Amino acid sequence: MKVAYWPGCVSRGFTPELHGSMAKVAPLLDIELVELDRACCTGAGVLAEHNQELADTLNARTFALAQDVEGADLMMNICSTCQGAQSECQERLDANTEYREHVNETLAPEGLSYRRGIVNKHFLWLMVEEIGLDAISAKVTRPLSGLRVGPFYGCYIVRPTERLGISEEQPRDRYLHRLIDALGGTVVDYAGVYKCCGFPIITMNKEASLKQAGRHMGDAIDAQADCVVTPCPLCHLNLDLQQPLAAKYSGRSLGMPVLHLPQLVGLALGLEPKELGLKRHVVKPTSVIDWSTSVVASAAA
Amino acid sequence: MAEFTLKIRRYTPETGEAAYWQEYKVDLDGKRSVLDGILQAKDREDGSIGIRCSCRAAICGSCGVRINGRPALACHTHLDEAAKTAMGAGWNPPDQGQQTPAITVEPMGNFPVVKDLIVDMDAVHWKKIQRVTPWLIPAGEPPEREYIVPPESMIDVTQSMACIQCGACVSDCLSMEVDPLFIGPAALAKAYRFVGDPRDGKRYERLKDLSEDHHGIYDCTHCFNCIEACPKGVAPMSQIMRLRRIAGDDEQIVDRNNGHRHEMAFVKNIERNGLLHEADLLPDSYGGKFHPRAVPELLDSLPVVLRALQRGKVTPGKALRHSHKAPQDVKRIFKHVHDKTERYELNLYVTGYEDEEEAAGGGEGVPSSSPPERSPNV
Repeated sequence: MKVAYWPGCVSRGFTPELHGSMAKVAPLLDIELVELDRACCTGAGVLAEHNQELADTLNARTFALAQDVEGADLMMNICSTCQGAQSECQERLDANTEYREHVNETLAPEGLSYRRGIVNKHFLWLMVEEIGLDAISAKVTRPLSGLRVGPFYGCYIVRPTERLGISEEQPRDRYLHRLIDALGGTVVDYAGVYKCCGFPIITMNKEASLKQAGRHMGDAIDAQADCVVTPCPLCHLNLDLQQPLAAKYSGRSLGMPVLHLPQLVGLALGLEPKELGLKRHVVKPTSVIDWSTSVVASAAA
Repeated sequence: MAEFTLKIRRYTPETGEAAYWQEYKVDLDGKRSVLDGILQAKDREDGSIGIRCSCRAAICGSCGVRINGRPALACHTHLDEAAKTAMGAGWNPPDQGQQTPAITVEPMGNFPVVKDLIVDMDAVHWKKIQRVTPWLIPAGEPPEREYIVPPESMIDVTQSMACIQCGACVSDCLSMEVDPLFIGPAALAKAYRFVGDPRDGKRYERLKDLSEDHHGIYDCTHCFNCIEACPKGVAPMSQIMRLRRIAGDDEQIVDRNNGHRHEMAFVKNIERNGLLHEADLLPDSYGGKFHPRAVPELLDSLPVVLRALQRGKVTPGKALRHSHKAPQDVKRIFKHVHDKTERYELNLYVTGYEDEEEAAGGGEGVPSSSPPERSPNV
């Protein structure tokens, strides 16, 4: 399937291993990525806080660029925060014709116009809804047997439920659980699954921010997870990059490996930890790398 | 009639004993409320169950509890709905599905428990409400007759006025979980009710106070939990964002928590680069690389940055330059919107959603959509 691909900023900045691993995994799932290289940052909620019309116009521009990608089935992103920020703008743009036309006037000089009702899905949603978990299971060559994985969704992809289309028929707040299960791993349910990583207030209240990150990683350790997986690179910044400092603020030693979603999928599809950029993490994912080699060793035996 | 199992968290602090769970079978129609269930258990099995309630119609805000781990009004939650969410709570691999699990009912979070399901609203909620001076302070002498205000400015504050003070948002506030001093969603939504009121004469002072407080508007972590928790659609987080917008952009309050600086650093970063350049964002949020405030903060972050460089996670070149292909188009939009004198905000709580027919161009005789609300706070 062909998708208009919005990689976000952080996946090309401070978490380059996310963008890299997505590029490696996509062909294995027959996803053709057409990168929206003229689109700009979604604003991550901060632009909307500053000026709603500005955030809505910039995201309408991204949607319009995606709608112009010939033959694309839909738009795909790889960041919970992008998904949430874009869904918020889309909700307003789709709800009111006069407002949408007003925003489109600003886009007109560029020859762009947003048409109501774009389908924009995070890679997680796309896997479950467009490819299907059975099809993904069938592609698994290295099942995550014995690997205990804690899901960490990120706020923007689970709340508010109505805006994000989460319902009994479409339980998007369970997809990460289901995916880990479909890849052969063991789901570890712990207190932090749906909580906030604290990243948005890192520059305003570092203590409160990192206490959140530290608490959730501590809870995952107490629940005996081998690693945590997140569909959000901003969460990854606080949970992985800042984890040593979070340990200091939360007063306990941590050391919980945090994987990006495509990295976990890639491992199950047979890719090597190194090509998925696992060595680039601040918290060395030793448990995961050891697990991957032990699986290979036992397969040979 | 159907049978439901309620698993209620019991706790009496004076006894010195730990809290424990107790199960009760109730026999009620599925469309009756969880509160009806609790009251039946209290009536038939155990009169000592502590629950606070009054109106039983989602008006008084007394019976806030956590049902299956999520905040709700007990009187506003059907038993059959609760049984359904109990089924989905916790992870069970699909092949080992649960048998009709019990509906768990426990006291709200972030509050001390007085007894069982009753929490101490005075110790947390009402103290925080008082913190924001929750009354009107008009400027100058009162007029001889009533105050005249434009209707749209009152519509603007109706969303925050819909609050019934149940504490559900406070219960689930993730910032408060780690920082109990955070003023919190309910009180800050209440603060907007007065900041947004054109009769109030202390707008600047209120905003200055809430911005400078280390546990004020910039302590909200933007997790949407309060929006999800509120049974009345108040969307406290959205009100907090409006407080930030008015404080920083209209009143030009540069707070000591770096809140407004961070917002502006972010906005300028995107305007300049099209994409977010994290390497600049951090120092700029503290006032720039050479700002006295930035130095200790950056030194504190230094080990983190060095470790990232060492792992090859970030290369200096990549972190500083991921160039954008259409910087001029992005800059043009920034300039176009920033040059406007009036801010254009669409509040869906006020305007509602168009139906499909209207969106498709309007059916015959269908009136066009209501005009978007223009914020009076410009």
